[in-house]
Amino acid sequence: MLIATLLIFGAALVGPVVHRLLGRFAAPVLALAPLAGFIYFLREAKLIFEGGSVFENWNWAPELGVMLGFRLDGLGLLFALLVTGVGVLVVVYAGAYLKGHVHLGRFYSYLLGFMGSMLGLVLTDNVIALFVFWELTSITSYLLIGFDHQRKAARDSALQALLVTGIGGLALLAGLVLLGILGMQASLDDPWSVSGLVEGLAAGAIDRDSGLVHGAVVLILLGALTKSAIFPFHFWLPGAMEAPTPVSAYLHSSTMVKAGIFLMARFQQGFSGMALWDTTLVVLGGITMVGTVFLASRQTYYKKLLAYSTTSSLGAMAMLLGLGANAAVGAMGYLFAHAMFKGALFLVAGNVDHGAHEKDTEKVGGLAGKMPLTFAAALLAAASMAGVVPMLGFAAKKLMKYGLHGSEWETILVVGVTAFSVMTALVACMVGVLPFIGKLKGSADEAHEVSPGLLFGPLVLAVLGVVAGVMPGWFAAPLIASAASSVAGAEKSVSIGLGSLMKADLSMALTVGAIVAGVVLFVVRVLWRRATSPVEWLDVVGPARMYKRSVSGTLWLAWWQTRILQNGYLRHYVWTILGTTIALVGYGLYRSGIERIPLPLGEAFYFEIALVMFIVAGAIGASTIRTRLAVVSVLGIVGFAIAAVYVIFGAFDVAMTQFAIETLIVIILVLVVYHLPRFRSFSTPISRWMDIAIALGFGAMMTVLALLAADVTLSGPISDYFAENAAPVAYGRNVVNVILVDFRATDTFGEIVVLALAALGVMTLLRLRAENPSGGTERDGGKGEGA
Amino acid sequence: MNLLLSITVGVLFGASIYMILRRSVVKLIIGLVLLGHGANLLIFLSSGLVRGRPPLVPMGGSRLEGEYSDPLPAALILTAIVISFGIVSFAAVLVKRAYQEVGTDDLDEMKNTDR
Amino acid sequence: MRSLIFRTSSVFLLPALLVFSVVVLFRGHNEPGGGFVGGLLAASAFSLYALAYSVEEARRLLPLSLTTILGIGLALALLSGAPAMFLGEPWFTGVWPQGLPAFGEVKFGTVMLFDIGVYLVVLAITLIMILSLAEDAE
Repeated sequence: MLIATLLIFGAALVGPVVHRLLGRFAAPVLALAPLAGFIYFLREAKLIFEGGSVFENWNWAPELGVMLGFRLDGLGLLFALLVTGVGVLVVVYAGAYLKGHVHLGRFYSYLLGFMGSMLGLVLTDNVIALFVFWELTSITSYLLIGFDHQRKAARDSALQALLVTGIGGLALLAGLVLLGILGMQASLDDPWSVSGLVEGLAAGAIDRDSGLVHGAVVLILLGALTKSAIFPFHFWLPGAMEAPTPVSAYLHSSTMVKAGIFLMARFQQGFSGMALWDTTLVVLGGITMVGTVFLASRQTYYKKLLAYSTTSSLGAMAMLLGLGANAAVGAMGYLFAHAMFKGALFLVAGNVDHGAHEKDTEKVGGLAGKMPLTFAAALLAAASMAGVVPMLGFAAKKLMKYGLHGSEWETILVVGVTAFSVMTALVACMVGVLPFIGKLKGSADEAHEVSPGLLFGPLVLAVLGVVAGVMPGWFAAPLIASAASSVAGAEKSVSIGLGSLMKADLSMALTVGAIVAGVVLFVVRVLWRRATSPVEWLDVVGPARMYKRSVSGTLWLAWWQTRILQNGYLRHYVWTILGTTIALVGYGLYRSGIERIPLPLGEAFYFEIALVMFIVAGAIGASTIRTRLAVVSVLGIVGFAIAAVYVIFGAFDVAMTQFAIETLIVIILVLVVYHLPRFRSFSTPISRWMDIAIALGFGAMMTVLALLAADVTLSGPISDYFAENAAPVAYGRNVVNVILVDFRATDTFGEIVVLALAALGVMTLLRLRAENPSGGTERDGGKGEGA
Repeated sequence: MNLLLSITVGVLFGASIYMILRRSVVKLIIGLVLLGHGANLLIFLSSGLVRGRPPLVPMGGSRLEGEYSDPLPAALILTAIVISFGIVSFAAVLVKRAYQEVGTDDLDEMKNTDR
Repeated sequence: MRSLIFRTSSVFLLPALLVFSVVVLFRGHNEPGGGFVGGLLAASAFSLYALAYSVEEARRLLPLSLTTILGIGLALALLSGAPAMFLGEPWFTGVWPQGLPAFGEVKFGTVMLFDIGVYLVVLAITLIMILSLAEDAE
């Protein structure tokens, strides 16, 4: 499983290069990575269906108990198949949709990067890894939504999505860590694994009534609800429609927004039964479900219709999860069906945009003749969305209704779900039927069918919806069943064959009635919109307005306090910092007794004294000499003398480095100082004396600190470890070098990354000159697009 | 020798702070260089001074014997030297570009970014 | 700076310094030396040549662009930790293949790759800084 994830990340890294090399064929080639993953998961499916699960464990820091654990069970399998399967289709679609776009290579990187992160999210068993992947999906989503970064609307929506999901992510981290600590206190086997924590909660090892667990629930729910756009955090999803259509189809309908649902499903076993969990999910989910589908019914823009109805579907799933183990089948079934039909419909929206150049469903008509295949896909997907027999959507709606049985709020929920079905049917007609029927309208005259790359995705998804609806026992039913089993913790079986579902009872009547009502509403849709227009004043107090206010409020607060504290004079900052430090340290020394400062008068060879004199004279000289070049040379003397001190006291590697660096610093300083003006006397005598006073005070303080530090011998076991183990274990006799590149390699790696950043900063600063004397000749070439 | 080196450390830090407090941007860079030297020497000093016994395992031996210079602070100082080189270079270029953009090398006039 | 003596000597010094830097790199594990010093020495070699002739000529001597070298160095250093992970050890644990035929007692492991990566990075960053500044000053 790790390999499958890494393969996709690898594809993300090479995406731009592949795109440059293969052009049109880049998309199918890159799609091979998720395809490989998809096939792997299919092969594991048989084992999962029989109730097994697959574990994988990789060591990361075993002494600390940090393992990179992966787990594949029913829930994970469902999501993994969705991520990789829909991923294949979306990559191919993106290649055709964005053909000729100058940044397409980058787009592949972002898309595949997101895919890898999402896959890691649903497969990982480790709590911290879960958080890391969660944040990675937020970041890649930000990059993808704002892909068309020239447009302000795209940038704003991307930022809004990032801030909302990012705050949720922080809350999630806090909640997960809190749970982990509680797990450690309860002596669980593996308190940092998701499975361990959930089992501990379910079995009662962690006390669910305690305030801390309630706090963890609130935090984790914050993370999940923000990610899945549940009220009151629903407002970022319609804004995210600024993204290119493949992104909307993949992230904002099939995968990323479902991450919150995934999280809730994972923790279902642990938290179900807690009033806080159940009530929050049912109430907020229900409000989202009914409220946003109502807002959807008033839209006419293709992607907005789909966005609002996605939000309401997510609300429905959340609500079902809140109802406990019985509704798990309904939630999983609807999730599966929704991914397929919503993904198909988003891709159809993209096709209509490409083929007929229209984004508003009311403004175009009669495309059925011009774009027959797109119409077919749209019709099938819309039918599944409305819940028409024999699509999978019909079975899914049935499963949803079964889930409502036995709950104490059954009546209200049934009413809500029926209202939801009515307006969903309306939306389905608007997206699947309206632009295609009737006379040619709008830009339909010049419309044309789209290329095979753009048809592949929607058709596959739509047809799958039919196949799964007609013959579910082959794959769809066991998949949903195993997913529901993992969620509920108990065996669930799903029979959704058409025979068993078509019973003439009240539920059936409601289903058919809802569809009919939806079609009727569709016919009178203009009147409907006018009748419900008063609802628009709600925008004034809505969450979107709250978000805008808090962002601008935060910015104003930052500006105000910066204006006061940071007045721009470097000297003032340094005075403040140093003055406070000297005062505090001085006071501490005074309290502990000045006579305790050691004054060791050990032996010193004459050359050592000479070196010290060089350094001291050099330092004082650098401060007082007036010629720039002389100052730089004196600095060189100081550096070389210090290097000589290192040599005397046995630090050879350090000395060599110091010699080399000192040379290079002198060169660099000369190159820089050459173009800067001569030294002048700026300061007034008063400030000069103040500076000298502070400098002397600081110097004295550091001398005392140095004496105290040299006196304390803290040679701990660490150095002994290195001294003993460098030769036998690390095969090196130069202990310093062995420490740098073997024992403490991670630190050294961090260091070279910092160096690389500094160098890139220098390069960028020098390149961005307004007046460039070399006339902008290509300097370093750089790797990839734009160094 | 501890005493002498401690005084040296103090002088280096004092000189560096004096330079940083000056109003010329070039003196700021020089102050940074001296600050780096002072800090490295301080670390070196506080780990204990041993003359002439570098931390090299002798040929055929398996561990360091007897008294030897502590290898761990040496590794830290090496890292610190190289990173401060990166910082000073970056600062130098930054200063140069700031001077070109702003037209003055007086820090007090650079307090405002609204130019 | 363009005197004949300087130019002639730098033509000879450059290869000598480069060889020396590689020697320092490889002996670092057992004697004083290592990736950092090696990289700095190699960078000094090229800087010397750039000061004697011109930055253009120095850049022409480099086989790849500097940012590419930087990227390769970072990637090499990072990926040298990977073999350890596949053997069940934490990342960056040194892996030392023993008993290579025809090499006898030579010890070459992932740690060496890391050091080479550090060498390349230090070389690249120093040259980026010095050459960019020298170009700017011309």
